[in-house]
Amino acid sequence: MKKRIGYFICHCGINIAGTVDVKRVSEDLASYPGIIHSEDYVYMCSDPGQSRMIEAIKEKKLDKVVIACCSPTLHETTFRNAARTAGINSFQCEIANVREQCSWVHKDKVKATEKAIKISKSVIERARFNESLEPISIPVTRRALVIGGGISGIQSALDLANSGYEVVLVERSPSIGGHMIQLSETFPTLDCSQCIMTPKMVEVSKHPKIKLLTYSEVQDISGYVGNFKVKILKKPTFVDPDKCTLCDECTTVCPVAVPNEFDLGLTRRRAIYIPFPQAIPATYTLDINHCPGLVPIACGKCADVCEPKAIDYDMKPEILEEEVGSIIVSTGFDLYGKDEMAEYGYGTYEDVLDGLQFERLCSASGPTMGKILRPSDHKEPKEVVFIQCVGSRDPEQHCAYCSKICCMYTAKHAMLYKHHVHDGQAYVFYIDIRSGGKGYEEFVQRAVEEDGVVYLRGKVSKIFEENGKIRVWGVDTLSGKDIEIKADMVVLAMAIRPSKGADELAKKLKIAMDKDGFLSEAHPKLRPVESVTSGMFLAGAAQAPKDIPEAVAQASGAAVKAVNILSQEKLYHAPTVAAVNSTLCTGCGMCVDVCPYEAVSLAEGKANVNEVLCEGCGTCMATCLRAAASVKNVTPQQVHNMIIASLEG
Amino acid sequence: MKMEEKFEPKIVAFLCKWCSSAGSDLAGVSRLKYPPNVVPITVMCSGSVSPNYIFSAFKKGADGVLVSGCHPGDCHYMKGNYYARRRITLVKELLDFIGIEPQRFHMSWVSAAEGAKFTEIISDFVKELEPLGPQNKLRSNL
Ligand SMILES: Cc1cc2nc3c(=O)[nH]c(=O)nc-3n(C[C@H](O)[C@H](O)[C@H](O)COP(=O)(O)OP(=O)(O)OC[C@H]3O[C@@H](n4cnc5c(N)ncnc54)[C@H](O)[C@@H]3O)c2cc1C
Ligand code: SF4
Ligand code: SF4
Ligand code: FES
Repeated sequence: MKKRIGYFICHCGINIAGTVDVKRVSEDLASYPGIIHSEDYVYMCSDPGQSRMIEAIKEKKLDKVVIACCSPTLHETTFRNAARTAGINSFQCEIANVREQCSWVHKDKVKATEKAIKISKSVIERARFNESLEPISIPVTRRALVIGGGISGIQSALDLANSGYEVVLVERSPSIGGHMIQLSETFPTLDCSQCIMTPKMVEVSKHPKIKLLTYSEVQDISGYVGNFKVKILKKPTFVDPDKCTLCDECTTVCPVAVPNEFDLGLTRRRAIYIPFPQAIPATYTLDINHCPGLVPIACGKCADVCEPKAIDYDMKPEILEEEVGSIIVSTGFDLYGKDEMAEYGYGTYEDVLDGLQFERLCSASGPTMGKILRPSDHKEPKEVVFIQCVGSRDPEQHCAYCSKICCMYTAKHAMLYKHHVHDGQAYVFYIDIRSGGKGYEEFVQRAVEEDGVVYLRGKVSKIFEENGKIRVWGVDTLSGKDIEIKADMVVLAMAIRPSKGADELAKKLKIAMDKDGFLSEAHPKLRPVESVTSGMFLAGAAQAPKDIPEAVAQASGAAVKAVNILSQEKLYHAPTVAAVNSTLCTGCGMCVDVCPYEAVSLAEGKANVNEVLCEGCGTCMATCLRAAASVKNVTPQQVHNMIIASLEG
Repeated sequence: MKMEEKFEPKIVAFLCKWCSSAGSDLAGVSRLKYPPNVVPITVMCSGSVSPNYIFSAFKKGADGVLVSGCHPGDCHYMKGNYYARRRITLVKELLDFIGIEPQRFHMSWVSAAEGAKFTEIISDFVKELEPLGPQNKLRSNL
């Protein structure tokens, strides 16, 4: 069919016309092959400008238009909408950028005019072979998956469920709650963490829209935004939660004792156990890694004493398949452990603790019932040294980043210590104090002024045990003096790390990680809760170290982003995607390997593009040696014609 | 061509839409100035620039070809510019092999914030091409 192309060049006042002889361009283009109509106008984007274009399309039966004006980032949508109004497909309208890329960057009018002609002809060549396209529509499964049941995952799940969407919440440990449920009191208000957390956990367990899968892990994910298919492994707990009455008989007979994760090894638990009294779901779990054996049954004592017969040694792992439209990842953090931090006697001296262990010591329901006692001899420590930035802000040996929450929780720890041990003395070694946040600076001041916490600016050089004391050597860089403290206990504010296994999960989900292993947001400023993968969002400490208020805010943000998708009946995707000419395709599979979105697969010896996954980057097109793969409306044919026009025009 | 007329190299620049084309827009918005010898062709990603495009530009009389994309690690499509970088090494070798000065071909990383860098790249490229004179090796008789 013969092409009937219309060409319009905008003066943009004098912005274009001042440097480009628009009349000459319009006259020159009038005789270019296929051009039926060519004109210049003072402001093409204005209503009268658009009307002129619409009129010309109708009157002269144009089937394509090229507008030479400002950058397509500004008005491509405007003109494409106008083209649709005039009755042609919006992809039959192309923009030639003769302002940002021409009139604004040149002075010589003759040369700028020549260049504007070349740019225009080149874009006309693109338009000449443009296909008419309609956005690709995708149906949406209107439910969500949340991975990780700490405060972030809980908040996202509740926000989604309360907006009316079904949620599958997957937590890998036997209970939800994450780290927050381990904390004693929380800065900056010192509310009891369990008091504010437990009601939320209960709400999750009672919510009719939330399907809670604990002791479960995501095994495999396929699909794309709006249509994910998820395989979840539910590990056997060997206890039927519906029958279990929480009588605790089983733990009294179990002969095994192993370090209790919830108390970070400060206490021991049985092989059959409940992680903590308020666990959700409220039930026991038989830890197969520590039980002497089920096949054949090596002990069997717990089942013998379980009156309601809740214990079932034959329980098998289950694979559940769920379909969801959107995914929130909130897998949280871990603290630097002994493998990473051998300095400071951590893991060697019993009375050198990390921050979470200290939280447990302060907790009313903790191993010491809220009394701060030394693990080694259960005596009250009278001098305690807190060390900040352990593993953080140390690009040479450890993590380059600031773990963000340690300044605040260390102030809290020193304060709580003073509230428990009135005649004790707390020292804090710090590099600087970062207390940006509502009420945070005041909180740190309170530690100093009301609780007499001594802040020492400097690094600790050495820690060693001597005669039941932990000797801490350091330098106060403000006074220049060497310092030695004979402490009874040392608490290390360990660096915050992404939770173990976050990297494997990220690979399964195909979401990016930053250099430190935290999950990457799509844009550091404008898209802080989105991952780079469409339909997947991030919440909480999995993305970067954060405190509870920030984690909760991000979790609610992520929930709204998920609702953006789930509230649609259909999603629309740009149709400028790759297509494979199967006559030319030899099935070499090179395009399959290079596609960043895994959008291409081989079927019956030919490449096949999944239009929903394809983002139209064109990598396949540049890779295909047979010229079989091409992206619609930027085909190699079109680009070749553009090259010719750019050089000859 | 008259004797006294200065040689004006013709350059085709393939700019990725997300970074380099946006960077060249910024050069415009900032009213920076560079020589008009370059005609930009916006593509989705530097990874979509096939070596064929580069050779066909030379065949059609380009004196220089530029491919510009997002900085490594910043490609809108995650890995496109890594593929581009790999391909470009091969193109350079091939150009050398067929006797075209490798300086006639450039690859650069220009972000959406680097209007000034774009300006510099074009100006330097033009300066580099001037002493080389017209490219005739691959030019088909026009
Ligand atoms: C010592 C200490 C004291 C603190 N004190 C305070 C305070 O006083 N005030 C304050 O505001 N903040 C405090 N914080 C910070 C607070 O703990 C965090 O902000 C909060 O826990 C972050 O919640 P989250 O849900 O993002 O991560 P987490 O609490 O780490 O929860 C993540 C959850 O995801 C689960 N998970 C991980 N990987 C997977 C997987 N692959 N599949 C399924 N589930 C998975 C985990 O089991 C866990 O339940 C403190 C932190 C520390 C270390
Ligand atoms: S690279 Fe080209 S020939 Fe090879 S499978 Fe893909 S489309 Fe077919
Ligand atoms: S255009 Fe890009 S996203 Fe689409 S199939 Fe080709 S390589 Fe994959
Ligand atoms: S989008 Fe710019 S290089 Fe890929």
